[in-house]
Amino acid sequence: MKSSLVVHGRALSALSTLVVLCGLGCTGAQAQTPIRIGEINSYKAQAAFLDPYRKGMDLALEEVNAAGGVGGRRLEVITRDDGASPGDAVRAAEELLARENVQMLAGGFLSHIGLALGDFARQKKVFFLASEPLTDKLVWENGNRYTFRLRPSTYMQVSMIVPEAARLKKKRWAIVYPNYEYGQSAAATFKTLLKQAQPDVEFVAEQATPLGKVEAGAVVQALSDSHPDAIFNVLFGADLARLVREGTTRELFKDRPVVSLLTGEPEYLDPLRDEAPAGWIVTGYPWYAIDTPAHKAFVTAYQKKFGDYPRLGSIVGYSTIKAIAAGVRAAGSTDTEKLITAFRGLSFDTPFGRAEFRRLDHQSTMGAFVGRTAVEGGRGVMKDFTYLDGARFQPSDEAVRRMRPADAQQ
Amino acid sequence: MTLASLLVQLLGGLAGASTLFLTSAGLSLIFGVTRVVNFAHGSLFMVGVYTAWTAGQWLRPILPGSAGGFWLAVLLSTVVVAALGALLEVLILRRIYRAPELFQLLATFAVALVLRDGCLWLWGPEDLLGPRVPGLTGAIPVLGMPFPRYDAALIAIGPLVLGLLHLVLTRTRFGILVRAATQDREMVSALGVAESRLFTSVFAIGAGLAGLAGALQLPREPANLGLDLPAISDAFVVVVVGGLGSLPGAFLAALLISLVKAACIALGTVELGGFSFAFPRLTLVAEFLVMAIVLVMRPYGLMGRAAAAPRSLATTLPAENAAGAPGRWPWGLLVVGLILLPWLAAGSPYTTVVLVDVFCFSLFAMSLFFIMGPGGMHSFGHAAYFGLGAYGAAIVLKASGWPMLWALLLGPLGGFAGALIFGWFSVRLSGVYLAMLTLAFSQIVWSIIYQWDDLTGGSNGLTGLWPAPWLSAQVPGATANAAYYLLTLICVAIAVLVLRRVLDAPFGLALRAGRDSPQRAESIGINVHAVQWAAFCVAGTAAGLAGVLYAFSKGSISPDLVHVGRSIDGLVMVLLGGVEALAGPLIGAAAFTLLQDTAGRSFDYWRAATGVVMLLIVLVFPQGLAGLFRMRRRPSTT
Repeated sequence: MKSSLVVHGRALSALSTLVVLCGLGCTGAQAQTPIRIGEINSYKAQAAFLDPYRKGMDLALEEVNAAGGVGGRRLEVITRDDGASPGDAVRAAEELLARENVQMLAGGFLSHIGLALGDFARQKKVFFLASEPLTDKLVWENGNRYTFRLRPSTYMQVSMIVPEAARLKKKRWAIVYPNYEYGQSAAATFKTLLKQAQPDVEFVAEQATPLGKVEAGAVVQALSDSHPDAIFNVLFGADLARLVREGTTRELFKDRPVVSLLTGEPEYLDPLRDEAPAGWIVTGYPWYAIDTPAHKAFVTAYQKKFGDYPRLGSIVGYSTIKAIAAGVRAAGSTDTEKLITAFRGLSFDTPFGRAEFRRLDHQSTMGAFVGRTAVEGGRGVMKDFTYLDGARFQPSDEAVRRMRPADAQQ
Repeated sequence: MTLASLLVQLLGGLAGASTLFLTSAGLSLIFGVTRVVNFAHGSLFMVGVYTAWTAGQWLRPILPGSAGGFWLAVLLSTVVVAALGALLEVLILRRIYRAPELFQLLATFAVALVLRDGCLWLWGPEDLLGPRVPGLTGAIPVLGMPFPRYDAALIAIGPLVLGLLHLVLTRTRFGILVRAATQDREMVSALGVAESRLFTSVFAIGAGLAGLAGALQLPREPANLGLDLPAISDAFVVVVVGGLGSLPGAFLAALLISLVKAACIALGTVELGGFSFAFPRLTLVAEFLVMAIVLVMRPYGLMGRAAAAPRSLATTLPAENAAGAPGRWPWGLLVVGLILLPWLAAGSPYTTVVLVDVFCFSLFAMSLFFIMGPGGMHSFGHAAYFGLGAYGAAIVLKASGWPMLWALLLGPLGGFAGALIFGWFSVRLSGVYLAMLTLAFSQIVWSIIYQWDDLTGGSNGLTGLWPAPWLSAQVPGATANAAYYLLTLICVAIAVLVLRRVLDAPFGLALRAGRDSPQRAESIGINVHAVQWAAFCVAGTAAGLAGVLYAFSKGSISPDLVHVGRSIDGLVMVLLGGVEALAGPLIGAAAFTLLQDTAGRSFDYWRAATGVVMLLIVLVFPQGLAGLFRMRRRPSTT
């Protein structure tokens, strides 16, 4: 009896020590001059995209601060890893606000984390720039006043590629996509938009595969069995590599055009090396062949600083910081309401050219490149590409207003 | 789809079964002999894929264009991973065989964390696609359809290894020892067999098989950092469906699962009576559906046998039971301190934020402990009840428009309902089978939540679950979330008290009796299954409450609440604290949450850092953190 009491007493004192230690560690940091941005991402879980992303941010920060910061104040980014869990992302956001005194939030890679942070921003009335998450809901059904998004959404990317798909004039389409919201909404949007462009189109097979675990052999066989004229693919990463290898071996892609989302991004194309598929219509980022002055300057600076070439993640990270710098400059303050006013319609520079945040739904008009893949010098590249401005690939304003909650539009 | 294409699909399933079998065979061997649930087995598989890639890079200039280079790389990677396995056994696991059951899981979990960050550090974040195998690049026509040559080779390799293992196990002295140790470890060591050498070699062989499976997978998929978790969960499923310790069973299970997946994909979208059903979507949980069905029909898997009752069970689980008066005043003091904390820590508002997480996970861990410790039922799927509670509350809030307090009261019923159904099936099983059935149920729940867009928001989850305004209002002089913090504290404190009270009541004693000796318990009139089922329901409700409190503290929920990762976190918390002390889960949850929180901020490779700290804890306190205090008190107890 007595021993159990002592045991519990000791155990408890350990618990109390933990509490006290935490309390001591939690004293808020004092920071007046710099503008502090809290940035949350799944750095270790999505390292292939987010390593270059962080480098892009670092480069932009260096440039902004070398030019004297914003309104004489340095820009500072404090990053946190959310471990790919929305709950931990929200806790990290609380920590950044409470302890690091950040004035705004940015980041997010996975869609559900982007939505969780967006809702947190609304609840806490904090400005949040979602840099990467693709889900349409972030600016439409779940949109709010405090959340802005940089990257072209799923809808935008699909609608950029649909005209190319329609131009193929193929009747029977097979679709393969990862079985979660991004894949599902990409497939649904593709079907709707292609049907509008080409009413006689038929969708003969649909394979929803578990993310990161596609049984490529079986899926390729099933797609072949449906004898499609063309294929729309939404798989990316390791799933894409599996699909490409099986599909090539089993001659799925022989004489069949493939339209494929994100495949031209170096993150996903480069690992395929000389086995990269040729002739696919893709969205992506041909960093080696874009010859606008802005982009050339970006690539030179990036390679000089890191000794590596940029990926799309680098562009997103870099542009996130540039957009924030432009927004704070326009707002003349880090006050949330002033930031919202400034960001609505804010025009800012990216390595792809000028973009702006739409007043209507807080989506940036940053676009993407659409082109065809080829294999050159033992690696996959994009050829015959064009840059498509995101402003042109949006549903009607009317439709957006219907989807977006009323209080988000005030 | 034609019959021919279905046959080709099934043939493809055979190829998939081969690597699945190899990984599982290794896991099965290791578990059989050492009783270690090797959570790092998937990581060893992943290391195998990466090593094969590197070995291939080295060998290519030396043996250009020959298939020999590939096979040599496979061999090399098998040896390297086997050596890694042996190293893990000697350095870590050997020191903790005497720890309570399942405690080794904690060590292997920590190893998995370290290996994942290790691979990232060594091989970088980008996926690495290996070259095709020279001579096996193209396809051969099968029934007029192209079938990859390499897959044909894989189909042969699986049975080949099975035959080889069978020979080793039946015809060599080593094999006899392995089989003997699988049946009765104590007896083998009593007969003078050098246990440590046997264990090390079995670990090496098991790890080597995982390495081999990984290396063979390289021509089919790129080396990437997401391979470990799917590999371990697939391997577990195969081992359990096949029946623990049965290699032919594992082979059969691998076949069954691969074929079911292939069939789902081949069926595509089927229209039946106006409903269309997309079978490919089932591949998300096909293996767990198979496992649930098999275990419900055959409680020891396809080819397993009821295990002989382990000798030492009754002696490994003493103390926590000391059902006497739990020291009341230190608890009271702690609660009073925590109640005052929002005012004391007003200058550091994050304290109460992180403590809300600690409270939620404490209750979650406590509810798991409730069935794991005194109940003796290891649940690997406890997140199901946590998530069902959270989703229950969210759906009540969204659908009914009732105030948040109703959601708080009704949400836990989601956890209760889940436990009511799953518990009924689970208590009919025991040991690892029971654990894996709970995992199967939780994965099924996960996949339903993941795909039921209209109700649960699908993979994106639901947002806008904030506490009522009076609970998010600023309390004068306290931290920002003080009101919600206090609500959580009170709910958790009451729930923990209730759980402890139940354990001290006759019900708790009956539960322990059922754990320690089911036959004797039955013979004195305790309906063991009924008691265990009731315990499941109590634990499920408590976990549901934890889920509700967690959901409202975050404002949003998504399927990751139910994911196997969260169940594992729960296990880790309970084991870290120690299964033998009532305060264990609370200490474990606090330690784990704060460790992750701190490591995430302090280290770039924070997962590895978490893993290393956990390994240290495991090696220094093999009874769990709470065991530390017990050992100090009674150093002579063994």
